[in-house]
Amino acid sequence: MADTDKKQDISELTKREYKYGFTTDIEADVLPKGLNEQTIRAIWAKKNEPEYMLEFRLKAYRQWLTMKHPTWAHLQIDPIDFQDISYYSAPKKKEKLQSIDEVPPEILHTFEKLGIPLMEQKRLSNVAVDAVFDSVSVATTHQKKLAKQGIIFCSISEALHTHPDLVKKYLGSVVPITDNFYAALNSAVFSDGSFVYIPPDTKCPMELSTYFRINTEETGQFERTLIICDKNSSVSYIEGCTAPAFDTRQLHAAIVELVALDNADIKYSTVQNWFAGDPESGKGGIYNFVVKRGKCQGANSKISWTQIETGSAITWKYPSCVLIGDNSQGEFYSVALTTGHQQADTGTKMIHIGKNTRSVVISKGISADVASNAYRGLVRVASVAEGARNYTQCDSMLVGDKCSAHTFPYIDVGNENAQVEHEASTSKISEEQLLYFQQRGIGKEEAIRTILNGFCKDVFNQLPMEFAVEAQKLLALKLEHSVG
Amino acid sequence: MLEINRLRAGYGEAEILKGISLTVKPGEIHGIMGPNGHGKSTMSKILIGHPAYAVTGGGVTFNGKNLLEMPPEKRALEGMFLAYQYPVEIPGVNNAEFLRMAYNEKRKHEKLEPVDPLDFDELLNAKMKFLGMDSRFKERAVNEGFSGGEKKKNEILQMALLEPKVAILDEIDSGLDIDALKVVAEGVNKLAGPGNSLMIITHYPRILQYIKPHHVHVLIRGKIVRSGGMDLAEELETTGYDSYLKEK
Ligand SMILES: Nc1ncnc2c1ncn2[C@@H]1O[C@H](COP(=O)(O)OP(=O)(O)O)[C@@H](O)[C@H]1O
Ligand SMILES: [Mg+2]
Repeated sequence: MADTDKKQDISELTKREYKYGFTTDIEADVLPKGLNEQTIRAIWAKKNEPEYMLEFRLKAYRQWLTMKHPTWAHLQIDPIDFQDISYYSAPKKKEKLQSIDEVPPEILHTFEKLGIPLMEQKRLSNVAVDAVFDSVSVATTHQKKLAKQGIIFCSISEALHTHPDLVKKYLGSVVPITDNFYAALNSAVFSDGSFVYIPPDTKCPMELSTYFRINTEETGQFERTLIICDKNSSVSYIEGCTAPAFDTRQLHAAIVELVALDNADIKYSTVQNWFAGDPESGKGGIYNFVVKRGKCQGANSKISWTQIETGSAITWKYPSCVLIGDNSQGEFYSVALTTGHQQADTGTKMIHIGKNTRSVVISKGISADVASNAYRGLVRVASVAEGARNYTQCDSMLVGDKCSAHTFPYIDVGNENAQVEHEASTSKISEEQLLYFQQRGIGKEEAIRTILNGFCKDVFNQLPMEFAVEAQKLLALKLEHSVG
Repeated sequence: MLEINRLRAGYGEAEILKGISLTVKPGEIHGIMGPNGHGKSTMSKILIGHPAYAVTGGGVTFNGKNLLEMPPEKRALEGMFLAYQYPVEIPGVNNAEFLRMAYNEKRKHEKLEPVDPLDFDELLNAKMKFLGMDSRFKERAVNEGFSGGEKKKNEILQMALLEPKVAILDEIDSGLDIDALKVVAEGVNKLAGPGNSLMIITHYPRILQYIKPHHVHVLIRGKIVRSGGMDLAEELETTGYDSYLKEK
């Protein structure tokens, strides 16, 4: 076999059709394209929000107008026309739903097809799901059961009405509206998302989960998630996402804010499989530009981010931890897989402020075909952060030789007793390794799966059990192509 | 069992094998000898289906089937095994799990149930003990950081588990001290039987003292220039390959 055939062989394995690329035919209430103060007032009015939210949104919008699209990322982003996007789309029949039974059957069916049954008696009985369809939350399961323990799990629009004080206190407290270009944009136009509050001394009895689905073409999804874990409490939260396969780019610019009070423990896991665009031409796909940040406000609090990023045309996000409370801990475990024309610039920021704060960063970047994959991470230790420690390990795996991996670590240590460790490695899945498996009777796909699972083990181990299995499968699917 | 018929093959533009014919019958042990760089490993890689090499002429039949048409894993499952001269390292993949995976693939091919980790562990322990391998090699990543000799033992371990019909051992003695060589040779001899065949590729005749071949071939510049019995190996021990290299 000639050399070029050989490379083709390996890339064959990385092409696979996106199986969530269907659209759901449902009448939607869509705002016309364009962004101005009228748009923002319209969103605010549609959602029937309290007065202070209009102020919040307009302030963000005016700030956004003064900001420039950032250019520092290792990404090639076609210019985005923010006037060519619709900022709101909701399935019609928007009266408030009394129960899951009232969710339009097309939507229930969509989520079923995605493997996310919303009917509570179904498979995910130990997971409560908030299903977000385009701009709005269409269903939240297990609410009543959770409410018995004082746990609030609902859409953020609902929380604005039912728990206005909590929302007002914490919304924008972790990611200020002026934080960056996309934070300002999201704060101006966000339409829905999930809200979680865990009261003191409560271990949330089930996994909480949001499932995002973009359905309408040329609609941006700007959702907002806010999770507050009060003293001595803990919660594990999972986010999943898919979108139909359109030729045009779609923008997903979310904000996730986490707040952990004394001794609180938040675990936030993401399995992201947005449509990545056409693997051959690079057309279409989601721009996933998300701001995720957690504040370890209380002493001994802990926030752990785990992300499995396999989809999107461009992934651009840095789930971060601000470690304010003494002895607080931040963790970031990431697998970012890019194939076809996908690009990712992702990583984390660990900001050490409290005493004896600790952080761990484990990043695994996998790149195949002509994709590009960058890890960018900041570790900052404030001068007052006595005894701060960080360990960062950042590994890249290349599949084939037209893809690329980059590492951009930033270390900014203001306290001389801090311990900051950084390790990095780059490896390749070689033809020789695959052949070795094959020579022992193990097929190529299985070989790739095994090597990648080995590579990602430390991150998969962090995922809740059933999602670890899903994640492994997803990774395999993305890299597989039924050969022969 | 294995019939190589005027096989020509190369890497890129360069033709390395220039018409090799060789028949290996069940139960036979063949020694393939020759100086470095003359195509011995190339022949083994062609037989297992290495994608970087291209066959340019001739053919190979394995158990009556066209070997060259089969993908590498099929060849393995049909009973073709190569103990590599330079086994590749596979970081992150647990050795014991890898071995079990291979073992179960073979069982699947034979329409048998897979063995579970516990049963497999017992089987593995027995084989490793026989080869004098420390059990910590189970926990390490496949070949990663193994010494040359440890890698060779790991190859023979796989052979012992998979019980191939035709095993090609490529320079299995390099990197082994004399005691290790004896252990490995003993392991190999135990696997040799009326049903399976061995091809021992070697530069040095030493190993053939321990694994006695029925046939010996000299491979020079991509061709088998002479075949004989054990006496040929003994002759080479004293004369070396010089006389073959001078002839054009
Ligand atoms: N991957 C390769 N790339 C280029 N040349 C190769 C490659 N593999 C083998 N060769 C060449 O083919 C010839 C035979 O090599 P090899 O089969 O390894 O010899 P042996 O095993 O008999 O020592 C040598 O000239 C070697 O340089
Ligand atoms: Mg050789």
